[in-house]
Amino acid sequence: MSNSRRNFFKQVAAIGAGVAITKPAKATEEFPGYPDSYGILHDTSLCVGCRSCEAACNEVNQLPPPEKPFDDKSVLDKKRRTDDKAYTVVNRYKDRDGEKKPVYRKIQCNHCFEPACASACFVGAFTKTPLGPVIYDPSICVGCRYCIVACPFNVPAFEYDEPLHPRVMKCTMCYPRLLEGKLPGCVKACPVGALTFGKRKDLLSIARERIRKHPDRYIDHIYGEHEMGGTNWLYITGTPFEEVDLRMDLGVTPAPEFTYSALSAVPMVVGLWPVLLTGVYAINKRNQKMAKKEEEEAVLAAIDKTRKEEQAKTETALERAKKEQQKAIDIAVKKALEETSRSKDKEENE
Amino acid sequence: MTTLTNRIEHKSIFTIQNIISGIILLVGLVLTFLRFTRGLGTVSNLSNNQPWGFWIGFDLLTGVALAAGGYVTGAAVYIFGNEKYHSAVRPAVLTGFLGYAMVVFALLYDVGRPWRLPYPFFVSQGVTSVMFEVGACVALYLTVLFLEISPVGLEWLGLKKTRNLAVKLTVLLTILGVILSTLHQSSLGALFLIAPSKLHPLWYSNYLPVFFFISSITAGLSMVIFEGSLSQRAYGEKMDAKHLKEKDDVALGFGKAAAIVLFGYFAIKVVGIAAGNHWNLLFTPYGLWFQVEMIGFVMLPCFLYSIGVRDKNLKLIKFAAGLTVFGIVLNRLNISLIAFNYRLPLSERYFPHWMEIGISVFIVTIGISVYRFIVTKMPVFYEHPEFEDLH
Repeated sequence: MSNSRRNFFKQVAAIGAGVAITKPAKATEEFPGYPDSYGILHDTSLCVGCRSCEAACNEVNQLPPPEKPFDDKSVLDKKRRTDDKAYTVVNRYKDRDGEKKPVYRKIQCNHCFEPACASACFVGAFTKTPLGPVIYDPSICVGCRYCIVACPFNVPAFEYDEPLHPRVMKCTMCYPRLLEGKLPGCVKACPVGALTFGKRKDLLSIARERIRKHPDRYIDHIYGEHEMGGTNWLYITGTPFEEVDLRMDLGVTPAPEFTYSALSAVPMVVGLWPVLLTGVYAINKRNQKMAKKEEEEAVLAAIDKTRKEEQAKTETALERAKKEQQKAIDIAVKKALEETSRSKDKEENE
Repeated sequence: MTTLTNRIEHKSIFTIQNIISGIILLVGLVLTFLRFTRGLGTVSNLSNNQPWGFWIGFDLLTGVALAAGGYVTGAAVYIFGNEKYHSAVRPAVLTGFLGYAMVVFALLYDVGRPWRLPYPFFVSQGVTSVMFEVGACVALYLTVLFLEISPVGLEWLGLKKTRNLAVKLTVLLTILGVILSTLHQSSLGALFLIAPSKLHPLWYSNYLPVFFFISSITAGLSMVIFEGSLSQRAYGEKMDAKHLKEKDDVALGFGKAAAIVLFGYFAIKVVGIAAGNHWNLLFTPYGLWFQVEMIGFVMLPCFLYSIGVRDKNLKLIKFAAGLTVFGIVLNRLNISLIAFNYRLPLSERYFPHWMEIGISVFIVTIGISVYRFIVTKMPVFYEHPEFEDLH
């Protein structure tokens, strides 16, 4: 009986240890992304800057018509970013020497594995879906715009001109279309194959294959494979990434980890502060009490002392008075005796 | 001429102060109308690159820091047992309460759909967000401050029983207040932890929450001194003998504490630079600006406080308090506006729209008006004769 029980405990301990060993600490664990999630590979070496993707995006998302038509190339003269009227924009980057053709790069939400926006949202309005897209729910959004502050890629935009019902606007990777089995609008519209849609793991193989086959055409790096913990949108390019505004200094740490340690301090403060503060309060209260008690005792002692002194004084005074009285009596008696004897003498003489 | 002097003698409501307040309030109402009919785009320069502007940088971040006097004074008197600062508690808690009320009021303009502000608590909880913690703590702390200041109103109304009940809660509320303040003062700094790629490395640090918490203590101490000198000038005749007698003690004691905490704050800021190994950035343009903040508004007031306390020079202490308060404003604006998005070209950088500042001035004016009403009508600077010995 006791033996089997000991064995049972041993087993439980072993399982516990096993769990402890196989489960790494939160901070070092990397979320590898949903296994079968989709992604899009953008190959800037193929992009011709025709803005078909922008037009398609505008159409499928029913966004307001643009100021200048989508075939107007003069828009490319100025660097743009995504806003509430455009989920995606293409920018033109001229090569430094000006000999080579210009490079175009498309901007939109990169659909992070562990999105900064979702981590920052205090109502959980952003969801990373297992299919890959990061989607937004305007029905609970308060409009605090912390998601826009948090996004390392400067993607989400706000409807600043909407007075009462502003939404955060960003690419959904055409989530509704994916659910219907359709391609994202931009991918479908791309006439040159600069955008490839597929399972993210397949896209990684395709990208590696292209880099392997044309080492002269590509930089040996797939942007988004690890950046900010990994994104579902991937980029390969022949131009240094920094030159097409893809920051290389973002690191591979997923955004939620930046606030992880600060948030984990909260329960410690909640747990320890009451103990500490109540302790300090109690100590000071006691000190005050002791000080008061000492003061009272001192006062009592002082009163006692003066009373005793008084008493002693009165006693000595009484004694002196008594003595003096006695003296007076003695003198009086003596006088009386003398007088009586004198009168007796007188009587006898008469 | 005679009619004018007569008017002043009769304490007409058309004093210069009231006329200016009236104009500000009127303009504020127009701006409020614009904000809720035309949207944030009309009244602000907020953009997709700079989604948080003057309202977050000044009204929220600075406002919360400068309202720290409530918890700092409460802790000094009730927890650390410095009874001699007792008369400073009510003005400090009142300022704290009104400060937080103004913060929440400003948020009603800033967030897109203000009526949804209770959503994070009652509809959908985004507990991974630092903002959730800020929201929860600010909401709870506003309640705590309301309860802490309630005896003032209850004494005014003569509700003895309720007032005595509220006073009994003092220590509990003070402890709660310190916990909640520790949490949200620090998490206001933690808000920016998520954006290391946007905030200049001299201001970005993993210690941001600690920096914000410690600097809120210096802000609280300095605000009590600073505000004390202002209120003495304006409401000196309201103050009772005890308040006037303790006033200088408060300035000396809080000045001493502020000197020590500022020194500690300077030290941990240096630790922050060392931990990030950003020494090489100290002599870039941003670095020089960082040094202005650190030396001019942390080290200098620390030094002036020390001298002021040693020489019992109240004027110098008050000056140091003003300098520290200004330093807090500068620090919060640096982190949220000036050193934020430091990589963007100047043409895309943010500068507040006059209407944004107008709305902030409007909100502060409302706060000051309520403060004036309360301190002239209720027992803040003096003890209510019926409640004198009931502390």
